[in-house]
Amino acid sequence: MAMEKDKHYLIGVFSDHDDLLHGIEDMRDKGVKIHEVYSPYPVHGLEHALGYKRSWMPKAAFGFGALGTTLAITMQVSMMAIDWPMIIGGKSYLAVPDFVPVSFEMTVLLAAFGMVGTFLVTRDLKPYKVPRIFDIRATDDKHIVAVDLAANKLSEEQISSLFKEAHAEEVYRRDFADEEKSPSFISYMVDLFTNGVTRSSRISTHR
Amino acid sequence: MQIISEVREPLVTGGKTIKDVTNDIARHVENQPTRLWFICMAISIILLGTGGYFVGDLAWNGIGRWGLNKTVQWAWDITNFVWWVGIGHAGTLISAILLLFRQKWRTSINRAAEAMTIFAVICAAFWPVIHMGRPWVGAYWVLPLPNTFGSLWVNFNSPLLWDVFAISTYFSVSLVFWYVGLIPDFATIRDRATSAASRFFYGVLSFGWTGSAKDWMHYEAVSLILAGLSTPLVLSVHTIVSFDFATSVIPGWHTTIFPPYFVAGAIFSGFAMVLTLMLVIRKVYRLEDYITMEHIEMMNIIIIVTGSIVGIAYTTEFFIAWYSGVEYEQYAFINRATGPYWWAYWAMMTCNVISPQLFWIKKIRTSLVWTFFLSIIVNIGMWFERFVIIVTSLHRDYLPSSWVYFTPTIHDIMSYVFTFGLFFFLFFLFAKFFPVVNMAEVKAVLKDSNSKVYRARRTLVNEPLPQLEENTVEAK
Repeated sequence: MAMEKDKHYLIGVFSDHDDLLHGIEDMRDKGVKIHEVYSPYPVHGLEHALGYKRSWMPKAAFGFGALGTTLAITMQVSMMAIDWPMIIGGKSYLAVPDFVPVSFEMTVLLAAFGMVGTFLVTRDLKPYKVPRIFDIRATDDKHIVAVDLAANKLSEEQISSLFKEAHAEEVYRRDFADEEKSPSFISYMVDLFTNGVTRSSRISTHR
Repeated sequence: MQIISEVREPLVTGGKTIKDVTNDIARHVENQPTRLWFICMAISIILLGTGGYFVGDLAWNGIGRWGLNKTVQWAWDITNFVWWVGIGHAGTLISAILLLFRQKWRTSINRAAEAMTIFAVICAAFWPVIHMGRPWVGAYWVLPLPNTFGSLWVNFNSPLLWDVFAISTYFSVSLVFWYVGLIPDFATIRDRATSAASRFFYGVLSFGWTGSAKDWMHYEAVSLILAGLSTPLVLSVHTIVSFDFATSVIPGWHTTIFPPYFVAGAIFSGFAMVLTLMLVIRKVYRLEDYITMEHIEMMNIIIIVTGSIVGIAYTTEFFIAWYSGVEYEQYAFINRATGPYWWAYWAMMTCNVISPQLFWIKKIRTSLVWTFFLSIIVNIGMWFERFVIIVTSLHRDYLPSSWVYFTPTIHDIMSYVFTFGLFFFLFFLFAKFFPVVNMAEVKAVLKDSNSKVYRARRTLVNEPLPQLEENTVEAK
């Protein structure tokens, strides 16, 4: 490829998640800025080792849940008691206990969909995403640590030796030509239709 | 410091590595389907097709084709509805409630159980939809849409409407929960795919998942909250299903015990169905190291517990009918046990109360043949439970002149067969194209469950364990 590769990453490969956790902690203590870690399964404590802030997804769930409750109560009260009151067995129009089940269900429905939607949107997970994959073993059996060389003051050799000290099984450099591609839905579909499913450049061609 | 039990078996046997997990599970998605799969699929499609013909007939000619009559206005339709919804409950119980209780053995069975939940709820939803008679205008009857059909809005005082909200919420939340769990596994299959077409297909399904630490952090928070939401949801669903009966004034239905009794029964039948399906998948896909005897034993223990709860509920109902002093209530129950439907009542009692008690015997609990056999017996029993509650309570009307005996027609039977065809069709599709075991979750418990359990067994629990850090040692 003629394009100049201007994104340089050093990749460390770990097999054991305990080695990974201690390795990350040590490397960060020694001033290495870690771009991201890719794992085949959630490693407990990794977010702390990387210094990430606690996930705010519970807050999103609460917000959407509260919205669900409000909508459900508003809907039921306005329909049953205000817009079209009906006499049902001589009961009160505003039969509050009867509104509990639907209010509960709508709370759960909106909380779940709102939270998952927030998760997908904020993490940019979508069917037409073409992710940058540093090492395909990250979804199989290895933990992949990517260090962006441009973002670090330490030299490649220094980071490499720190990786080795942290018991990384393998350390290698990987260069990318450009920023991570994130096609719009339209350009993704256009590409798909013009090149077909099997030849589209929009599939992850990492092999 | 958490404590590792010395007596626990590892969750995954056979000394599997993380790589083995990927290979063992993804293999079934990548390989050509076996002859057995084609045979199973053909049978499902035959059931779906022949059943579908009768369903088409029902839609064309109306549900008068069923054996319902003026007195027994509800019979197999709602029996099958409640039965299928009940079966669905195990999936959510395994994935949500056991997640909250940190029961790590759930990891190798949750995926298939959740899939079963979704397909069972689809089969359940079929019944109220076809029962509408004209399902194409049904949206106006069940959803709060502005319309000109009689009263303007749906009736929020009706348990049947609560059911609409409960079942649709349950279905969609379960689907989302299941799909969120599938995303990392789709990414694994995408990254292994050899053909561009399957890389594209699983690439789309995997939503561009890379497994980054930040994604996992939010993903874990999302899973936990979804579990927290699904737990009251699953309990509410069968509670609301039981309200369909409990809020009525029919002797035999008007019972406050219904919600817990229905929920226990649902979990009971759901676990039985999970066992039936898992034993087959385990055998066909050779997953003996993932779905171990311990898993089967655990599920059988849950069957004893829920089966006993159901047994106590039957007894309590009978006792309360006598104790209430209401003769109509008493008659409803005596008629169940000794009336024209005595055979259904005793089939229910035998299958649901007596047969699960056999699982107290360890030999039976750990026998595949017995487990498979009893899991089917339990589901037959649970079908009869719903039939007994519904039909025997209705067939003796207030006026003896209206007393009837309900007999199903071929349309009742074949529309039930249709749902079986639908269920197995969807399930076999799932078993071929989707990973049947949650690879990411099994990988996460692999190290704890294997090496650490083995190491812990060699070490006294009270002694400080060498090389083990506090935050990485976890009890199962």
